[in-house]
Amino acid sequence: MTATKKDPVLVVLQMSGAYDALNTFIPYSDPHYEDYREHLKVAPEHVLAVNDQVGFHPAMGSIKEMYDQGKVAVIQGIGYPNPIRSHFRSMDIWHTAEPAKMGTEGWLGKTIPHLDPRQENVLTAVNFGRGLPRALAAPGVSVASVGNLETYGVLTGIDGPDQRAEALDIFARMYSPMVGSGPINDYLSQTGLDALKGADILRTAPEQYSSSIEYNGDYFSQWVKNVAQVHLAGFGSRILYTGYNPGAFDTHANQPAAFHRLWSDVSNAVSDFYSDLKEHGCGEEVVTLIFTEFGRRVKENGSGTDHGSGSVAFVIGDNINGGLYGEYPSLEPDQLDEGDLQWNNDFRSTYATILDRWIGVDSREILGGAYEHFDFIK
Amino acid sequence: MADHDVALIAHLMRRAGFGAQYQELEALAEQGYDATVAALLHPESQPSGLDLDLAERYFIEWSHFVRGVPEYWAWRMINSKRQLEEKMVLFWHGVLCTADSKTQSYPTSYAELEMFRKFGMGSFRELLLQISRDPAMVFYLDNCLSHKGAINENYGRELLELFSMGVGMDGQFNYTEDDVKECSRAFTGWTLANNVPGQPYGRYAAQFAYNPADHDDGVKTFLGETGNFNGDDIIDIIARQPATARFISRHLYSYFVADEAQVPAWMDTPPRDPDTIRMLEEEYFRSGYDIRAILRVLFHSDAFKNARFARVKGPVETVMGTMRLIGDWTEPKPGFEFIFDEMKYMGQELFNPPSVEGWHTGKEWIDGGTLVHRINFTADFVGDTNYPGVRSIVNRLSETGPVIEPAQMVDGCLRLLGHYELPEPTRAMLAEQAGKDGALRTDADEFPDRVSKTLQMIVATKEYLYA
Repeated sequence: MTATKKDPVLVVLQMSGAYDALNTFIPYSDPHYEDYREHLKVAPEHVLAVNDQVGFHPAMGSIKEMYDQGKVAVIQGIGYPNPIRSHFRSMDIWHTAEPAKMGTEGWLGKTIPHLDPRQENVLTAVNFGRGLPRALAAPGVSVASVGNLETYGVLTGIDGPDQRAEALDIFARMYSPMVGSGPINDYLSQTGLDALKGADILRTAPEQYSSSIEYNGDYFSQWVKNVAQVHLAGFGSRILYTGYNPGAFDTHANQPAAFHRLWSDVSNAVSDFYSDLKEHGCGEEVVTLIFTEFGRRVKENGSGTDHGSGSVAFVIGDNINGGLYGEYPSLEPDQLDEGDLQWNNDFRSTYATILDRWIGVDSREILGGAYEHFDFIK
Repeated sequence: MADHDVALIAHLMRRAGFGAQYQELEALAEQGYDATVAALLHPESQPSGLDLDLAERYFIEWSHFVRGVPEYWAWRMINSKRQLEEKMVLFWHGVLCTADSKTQSYPTSYAELEMFRKFGMGSFRELLLQISRDPAMVFYLDNCLSHKGAINENYGRELLELFSMGVGMDGQFNYTEDDVKECSRAFTGWTLANNVPGQPYGRYAAQFAYNPADHDDGVKTFLGETGNFNGDDIIDIIARQPATARFISRHLYSYFVADEAQVPAWMDTPPRDPDTIRMLEEEYFRSGYDIRAILRVLFHSDAFKNARFARVKGPVETVMGTMRLIGDWTEPKPGFEFIFDEMKYMGQELFNPPSVEGWHTGKEWIDGGTLVHRINFTADFVGDTNYPGVRSIVNRLSETGPVIEPAQMVDGCLRLLGHYELPEPTRAMLAEQAGKDGALRTDADEFPDRVSKTLQMIVATKEYLYA
């Protein structure tokens, strides 16, 4: 089977732990940068400069190459009102797009029913990794969550095709929402039934896949490969989600080495992914969002950085108008927000742009209001 | 022995332990609920029943150098007679979190677990002191990098947000950003005598050290009180906060009674059972912050006794419960390491909680991926009649008579698995399947396989996902 659907696809790469915006996209010529970052500063000659003021971290060479080809939008100074410096709450805010109150539904979870109103495709959204991020959660919405694409399936240990078919038939009937009670019966029913259906389809993706691209062996790169496999299998998936291991970017200490390795993994995986799509003639079908939950303190703590605000996000793809969006937050001491970068564009503007101009879902219905658009979608 | 007594003991052992085989449940029911609770609450009153010397000689990698390996702890959870002791170690591991992905020192993690074994059912104030001096924690949350004049807020913040008070309750914030900074100042000088990660200095547990020269002895104002506070003064103040009583009560309730909202929602989401929470809070203050006293009140409460199947089992509970059920790993043999990976794939990697917030629980354990993995894992084990626990279920059912009715077999399996309950349509479906190949003759060669097939279907039900 080859890809027959050409509907726009969104890939989200969640970088948990809060990457250090200041050392990810570096204001290398600002004299304050060196002052704040006595030990952690990246020397100007190592920065992958995009102009005479800012540039990528040296580990992000692959993404810089894509930037030079005009395929990377850098959203500078992204954030939300009254920044919270708790990982969990802040990630919740990014997931639910609800900075002011506690939300339980994910912004993509709310988007899925618009993409598949009659719930015809259990693979409209697929997550790769351990546990489903709240971004994809919403009542009545099923998302396949795959730890290992090769072995995904229900009651695989029951011997004999007839016995297994019978067991799966009973499984389907006993997971009916009409059967059972308990506080989360409906959720368990839906999850079980959709897993049953999704597993049958997903299992075929690795078999169909062939590519000259060799992804790294780490979890993240393998999940990005799974994203490519599922997209290329043409199951009609519209949202594919994965991320770097939880907490990985939480570099309070010994930041330089860890940070370099992390961005190197991410950057190479993203570049491999687009090469893979290109090899299969699908490069234009996918836009990728890379985000993290908040920024980090402008002033280092000696070997790392503490929790801060004001971040940077990236939107990548052939259909992207590459370039700089938002303003780089000022590093003037009196312009900082309690010692952190002052955000200047609401993350919901980026979401709204992706929803309205790429995915084709009215962002006001998802975000509960209208947000200014960027021009990063072609 | 009345069925409902055994059912209540089965419930208690699923919550206060990692489950038990039916023979043990019947024996405990014979002793009575109160006596069973008393024994659980006093692990020191009984031997652990663990032959750790034998296990360590067999699994040489568990020698005293690396006792902290996850399998070592798994071994204890499966085999310890002091089930609540291990269950509380797991509780604290999920609340006062450190992660081996950062500390990379099993001996240091092992020392932390031993600390939880020693202090996990004592005074919460003492436990907070211990965790603040725990080398794995001092390193994990960077307190060793927090210096007089240059604080690192990581530990100070999480101590308040995730270890004791929580961000807020009843819609109000419990502390301010200034409290975080002052708290962090008070813990400057609480550091380490040696490096934590095992490489390159060797496989020794790290040691706590207090460095008065690096301690900020200045005046601090914390939660409205002012003084030249050190870390232990801060913990005294924290321990007497109503927010702390609330926070710890909600955690215990969620772990032992019924799934609560996730921690980040606690500021704005009231407890699902305010009366029980209030009772636990009162006991917290009445007993002088004594965790054992709170647990005693909890296990004797009607709320607990009535909360059968009100919690979703966690992955560690699922894996350990399955091992205890089938009776495997009661003695050393090759191949033990795999179960550690199984817990990980189900969403709970021991020694590596996803963040310092610990694991999200309840329905968040279950998604398309983890559900499939959990069902397949459990079904594979109960489907194997070579395991002594499965065989003993078969044998008990054989004692019923030469022929057993299909519905009777399904009910028997449910009872012997620990008094599970199924909705009628599911029970009927399983009975129909069980009877499909003719009368169930208990002396027939295929009888064990027919029993194990029913066991496989039961563990695949929605109902079996609950504890």
